[in-house]
Amino acid sequence: MTVLLSTILTLSVLGILAAVVLYFVAQKFKVEEDPRIDEVEKMLPGANCGGCGFAGCRGMADALVKNDDISALFCPVGGGDTMKGIASYLGKAAPEKEPMVATVRCGGVCDKRPRTNTFDGAKSCAVASSLYVGETACSFGCLGYGDCVDACAFDAIHINPVTGIAEVDVEKCTACGACVKACPKNIIELRKKWPKGRAVYVGCVSKDKGAAVMKACKAGCIGCGKCEKVCAFGAITIENNVAYIDSQKCKLCRKCVNECPTGAIKLVGMEPLPKTPKAPAAKPAEGAAAKPAVAATPAGDDKSAATAKNESVKEQK
Amino acid sequence: MKTFPMGGVHPSDNKKWSNTKAIEVMDLPDVVNIPLGQHIGAPATAKVAKGDKVLTGQLIAEASSFMSANIHSPISGTVTAVDMQVNGQGLRQMMITIKREGDEWLPSIDRTPELVRECKLESAEIIARIKDAGIVGMGGATFPTHVKLSVPPGCKAEYLIINGVECEPYLTSDHRTMLERGDELLTGVEILKRAVGVEKAIIGVENNKPDAIEHLRRLIAEKGYGVSVEPLKVQYPQGGEKQLIAAVTGRQVPPPPGLPIHVGAVVCNVSTAVAVYEAVQKNKPLIERVVTVTGKHVSSPRNLLTRMGTPISKLLEKAGGLPEGDVKVVNGGPMMGRAMVNLDSPVTKGCSGITVLDGAEARRGVESPCIKCAKCVAACPMGLEPYLVSKLSRRKMWERAEQERVTDCIECGCCQYSCPANIPLLDYIRQGKQTVMGIIRARAAAAKK
Amino acid sequence: MANKFYVAPSPHVHSAQSTRSIMRDVLIAMLPALAVSTWVHGVDVLTVSAIAVVSCVVIEFLIQKFLFHGECTVSNLSAAVTGLLLAFNLPSSIPWWIVVIGSLVAIGVAKMTFGGLGRNPFNPALVGRVFLLIAYPVQMTSFTAPVVEGYTDAMSGATPLAAIKAGVPVGDVDLLSMFSGTIPGSLGEIAAAALIVGGIYLLWRRVITWHIPVAVLGTMAVFAFIVALTDGGGALLWQLPAFHVLAGGALLGAIFMATDYVTSPMTHKGMIIYGIGIGAVTMVIRLWGAYPEGMSFAILLMNAVTPLINKYVKPVRFGLATDKNRKA
Repeated sequence: MTVLLSTILTLSVLGILAAVVLYFVAQKFKVEEDPRIDEVEKMLPGANCGGCGFAGCRGMADALVKNDDISALFCPVGGGDTMKGIASYLGKAAPEKEPMVATVRCGGVCDKRPRTNTFDGAKSCAVASSLYVGETACSFGCLGYGDCVDACAFDAIHINPVTGIAEVDVEKCTACGACVKACPKNIIELRKKWPKGRAVYVGCVSKDKGAAVMKACKAGCIGCGKCEKVCAFGAITIENNVAYIDSQKCKLCRKCVNECPTGAIKLVGMEPLPKTPKAPAAKPAEGAAAKPAVAATPAGDDKSAATAKNESVKEQK
Repeated sequence: MKTFPMGGVHPSDNKKWSNTKAIEVMDLPDVVNIPLGQHIGAPATAKVAKGDKVLTGQLIAEASSFMSANIHSPISGTVTAVDMQVNGQGLRQMMITIKREGDEWLPSIDRTPELVRECKLESAEIIARIKDAGIVGMGGATFPTHVKLSVPPGCKAEYLIINGVECEPYLTSDHRTMLERGDELLTGVEILKRAVGVEKAIIGVENNKPDAIEHLRRLIAEKGYGVSVEPLKVQYPQGGEKQLIAAVTGRQVPPPPGLPIHVGAVVCNVSTAVAVYEAVQKNKPLIERVVTVTGKHVSSPRNLLTRMGTPISKLLEKAGGLPEGDVKVVNGGPMMGRAMVNLDSPVTKGCSGITVLDGAEARRGVESPCIKCAKCVAACPMGLEPYLVSKLSRRKMWERAEQERVTDCIECGCCQYSCPANIPLLDYIRQGKQTVMGIIRARAAAAKK
Repeated sequence: MANKFYVAPSPHVHSAQSTRSIMRDVLIAMLPALAVSTWVHGVDVLTVSAIAVVSCVVIEFLIQKFLFHGECTVSNLSAAVTGLLLAFNLPSSIPWWIVVIGSLVAIGVAKMTFGGLGRNPFNPALVGRVFLLIAYPVQMTSFTAPVVEGYTDAMSGATPLAAIKAGVPVGDVDLLSMFSGTIPGSLGEIAAAALIVGGIYLLWRRVITWHIPVAVLGTMAVFAFIVALTDGGGALLWQLPAFHVLAGGALLGAIFMATDYVTSPMTHKGMIIYGIGIGAVTMVIRLWGAYPEGMSFAILLMNAVTPLINKYVKPVRFGLATDKNRKA
């Protein structure tokens, strides 16, 4: 009986003692923190992706609370709504930013860009690109070893095993920019996100001269400048032998798409413009004969073509 | 037998294919491409333009800074282009293209074979001549020699070490140079001694070249050169600069930014010493070098005295062409050389050999999980833990990689060579080293501000 | 040209050693001990070994195929090595189903739960053995007397260590038969001479380095020598160290179990610390513990310390030693 009592007593006293010590220690080392930081952190998506430029959501929340002007801060994952909510909670002006999406600017699929050698080193774009040109003769194109895939925290980018090129899942992409940083070739760009996944962009970043591009890849931009001339919005510029479409200026008019001789300008989620009647006047038979076939393809055919492609993908797997 | 203090591996040396083949003069190329950046440091600035006539040995590109090197025309003819050309790695690089017309040398170059031993020049003058001749380290590192010989203030050189180790498997160009150009080599070493101002000059030679050791020792005894020969244990990377210094002097070069001169050593390759002799005594710039073209299934491996800028495909042709099937063509030896994709790329100052690996040797083994066998740790000549550094680099944990001294890595390849699981250890370590060095530079730049 | 060009960063050559060749060498090194054991204890030895090897390989195959849905890597022979090592730790008279349970624990619990080869913190064969020792103590410690001709059962079926534990003076133990292997005991641990031959083979093939075996056995010998100095028990000074090095799983443990790559430290310095730890713990258990033998426990205990050793024991970095000397 005494044993039982003494045990209970000792342990209770120990417990109380420890509690008291802990209380004082906690008081002494207490960090005074704005309770709003916790609240803001809860409002953030909690992905800790680093897309805002901070190491994690906590850092972002801290900055949002402490800075008076939060116009430079933006959470790409949460988007405008989240930022609006946080701004109204903090009583600050909400930063405005258009939704963006990562875009892989390379169209050098396997059959357009012949393989000249086999890379046998560590399967990493960074390793391959610091060693040499890559498996093709194009030193600017997608290497396809998936450094961007490893960097993506949202499972939004994958290497297509058929094309050997990274592809972005527009639905999942949060435009955090991790893939942009991971790509040693600087192929991936954050571009304005149009509804329904629509996009027009130059699927090539090769600074090589036209002849060298043609030799290495049939889908490359040769810097001919036709698209620049046709653009009514001044969205297209040619620099270092490569065209660039400013996604902020582009209105998706699609005129440039039909002009591109190599198909380097990619059109996603939309039908190409039908060949305008005035085109034959400006351009003789060659373009007119080749292009309408694509342009005139009705939607139904397009779908069947897509399914056929999917099947071929499965077969190859 | 002396050797370095830790690590190392013993790859089969495979030198028998070409080590008995005397140096032959390679046919003159019809067209040469001369890259402006074929040394460590800033690329040279072109001094010629399209349409210019040049003579053999004429300066065509000038060192753009202290850490750079002159480049001379290896043939006589007309400059047809100064433009971007594809190099051995398939990347575009600025090159001067010259179409050959005969072989007319600059008259100031002494082309007679007589040995000129006497050299009364002052140190500064010798170094100036070496700089003019555009000499860089010919063992493969291509560090400008005049920079290496300019001892920084506060340091004193005690040893001149001549690297005749040639620890890379397959390669025999230095071996043949020691055997066939011994007098030029030894005279070159004496000139280098004057340039650096040291008493002791030691040629380190790996013990698998007994004929070279004996030959040099006999020449030294007969003609009284102030040089000694040190046979070294056959162990890779015996010819690594830090390893060689440790083997010969017992002193260890401190980690970066430590330099050989901090332990009183200056190291030059044997081929560099011969080039120094030619530059100082014969006024001949660095326009040709000995290139070993070899491989187990190359029909006639050779050691070719080749003009810079000669397409590598021509050398392979001379050696009997590529074997059928899977091949890997390596610029340099198989431990540290760079695999090539463009065989029309030119021979450059650092190209000591072309190694052709074929069949199963061309491919790497399949990677399997690390079994923690610790062979990489035992093999690392820098005392690192490659398995750990590689893993940290692979996971992009740069801070920890820096703590584990990733920047000490000399990229010798011992770890990957010895890994039974075929893990591409060095691929990732190299990546980590480059990234961490970038971080360190950025930090230093920020600290300056 | 019909060439297919390969490109990779340097180095472009590779040593002949592979995971598979290493495992094969370990298996070869165990053959002499297996042969001696078969000679001493009969065909049961081969049956037990075969059951252990086959069950380990099959279990690894099944787990990889049906649980991991991954690549099957039994061809690297690591499961076979685990199986044979497990068998080496069992008495030859053990029922077959206990062997299978041991394999299941060794491969299924100790190896595959951690992710397979290279990830297991503890030596799988030893985990299997220790599990069986605790679960089936009777079957695991009843050893049959050698069937070899001319054997006189001086210790009535007890292993030398058990005999010592029971109070037999060290001076009465026949060290020569312990060396040759004509004693009762687990099937792989009895043949001291054959194990040493296997160890020399592994050293020659550069599969293991001398550090761990020498550290383990050296520590045990020194430990025993000190004990003999203080309390000789009537034996000559050299007898106790010799007895402890030859007895039980000392040689098997030092040469084959402690040197397991995955669970031992990465640096030579670390290996020596690890070996000393194993030797000391073994001797403490043998002399003052409840079990007659402590090798398995000692190795498992030091396996747990290995990550700590790897963290704190670093190799000597090139160039740093000189740096210090110069400053000092």
